Amino acid sequence: MRSLVSICVVIGALIFIWYLAAFSLNSTWALDKAKRGGLELSSKELIFDTWSQDKPKLPAPHQVGVELWKTTVEKKITSKRSLIFHSWITLSSTLLGFLIGTSLGILLAIGIVHNNAMNMSVMPWAIASQTIPILAIAPMIIVVLNSIGVQGLLPKAIISSYLCFFPVVVGMVKGLRSPDRIDTDLLHTYNATNVQKFWKLRLPTSIPFLFASLKVGISASLVGAIVGELPTGAVRGLGARLLAGSYYGQTIQIWSALIMAAMLAAALVGILALLQKLTLKRMGMT
Amino acid sequence: MSPKIFSKSLDLTFSTNDGPVHALKDVNLDINEGDFVSFIGPSGCGKTTFLRVLADLEKPTSGTVQINGVTPTVARESRAYGYVFQAPGLYPWRTIGKNIKLPLEIIGLGKQEQKARVETVLKLVDLLDFEHKFPWQLSGGMQQRASIARALAFDADILLMDEPFGALDEIVRDHLNEQLLDLWKTTSKTICFVTHSIPEAVYLSTKIVVMSPRPGRIIDVIESTLPSERPLDIRESAEFIAIAQRVREGLRSGHSYE
Repeated sequence: MRSLVSICVVIGALIFIWYLAAFSLNSTWALDKAKRGGLELSSKELIFDTWSQDKPKLPAPHQVGVELWKTTVEKKITSKRSLIFHSWITLSSTLLGFLIGTSLGILLAIGIVHNNAMNMSVMPWAIASQTIPILAIAPMIIVVLNSIGVQGLLPKAIISSYLCFFPVVVGMVKGLRSPDRIDTDLLHTYNATNVQKFWKLRLPTSIPFLFASLKVGISASLVGAIVGELPTGAVRGLGARLLAGSYYGQTIQIWSALIMAAMLAAALVGILALLQKLTLKRMGMT
Repeated sequence: MSPKIFSKSLDLTFSTNDGPVHALKDVNLDINEGDFVSFIGPSGCGKTTFLRVLADLEKPTSGTVQINGVTPTVARESRAYGYVFQAPGLYPWRTIGKNIKLPLEIIGLGKQEQKARVETVLKLVDLLDFEHKFPWQLSGGMQQRASIARALAFDADILLMDEPFGALDEIVRDHLNEQLLDLWKTTSKTICFVTHSIPEAVYLSTKIVVMSPRPGRIIDVIESTLPSERPLDIRESAEFIAIAQRVREGLRSGHSYE
């Protein structure tokens, strides 16, 4: 109950600041327009004008809310103007990319932990891969894959996985190496094989690390999927909405796509948090 | 009868950043089948290291060690011993029963056999009602008993115990010492037991090995004259006190020239 109150207070404060910012950013344009028309604006009219422009510098919260409502609830899901439709496009490449990236990350981590040559060689490349701006490499991935005939969902998913595998590698290497000396010694006295050590000790110990990585990974996937839609001139997906919005100065559309992306990320991370809780509870590690 | 465990001019030197550390020097020891041997000495005297050499967790620098007439590596591969660590070392995501099944799964026993053995050893350590509990739901003493049960589960005839009761309070410790003696009598295993406590060593052992640090070496080996039937109040008897006195003198002489 107390946390609910504090959450509401924080959200209320953010919305309040947002309205203030919308007023101060949009007032110049409102005043200019009034001057050109030779009108005098009362302060009340000025405030209402800054919060109801068609193409404001910063749309007011209720404008974004109305836009969100119109493009989700009032539009058919199949419509090109439905935000749910666009979210689904982005979500599908996010999930596919997350799957590819997570699998790749886990496999690399297993290799790094078990093989010294991989330990020395793979990690520097993994780190180097993350220093390249994704915006620079995304168009090349699209172009290269297109030239070998791969189009549609997969190129975007690969851009997603490019961002998503890294936190999984780092987390899982740490996790697979986290068993205590005493726990590995114990298996050594049983003459356990490396495969048995992996399934019976390393993997269970790494589960909390895995979930921490997955939460970072899935939000990185979403960013990757949106970025993957930007340079391709995509007409579908949240990235495409952002791009179209910026071409036509549709700030309300941009903001509603942004809010939608944020809610999507929050939902995905929330689902993972729930899975984490259930898994750890089942493992007796509350 | 050839000794169960046999060590001759055993040396072990660790190389560390601060130079070599002489952990064991010229350790000669015979342990017979059915012996209960305690290793006692101050920290750094190599008693744990010696146990770890027996368990093939450390490699000696020179000298011979044999367990059942073979090297520690071969003995480990044939699962000749159960090892109990200082901490219970139970896997937190496994219930007590599943923890005890761990070595049995690794050996590859059948499900029925696993179940039967878990029941047997849980009865031995008096934890039958706790099979489906997670380790954190048990007290420290119960956790340590569970870890002993796990070491007993695959029925090796040697039990290596590295200060298993070191972290427990005295009352729990007394109780577990009694239980351990019972267990030793009913199973007739050979037990090597590392401890810091003089009364514990004298109370439990048929043979007490007194060790001294820098370099870790054996100072005295005492064959206990106490009867095999040992109620807790035997610790007030003159014989007990005399043995304890000899252990104490051994420990003191090891320190005298520092």
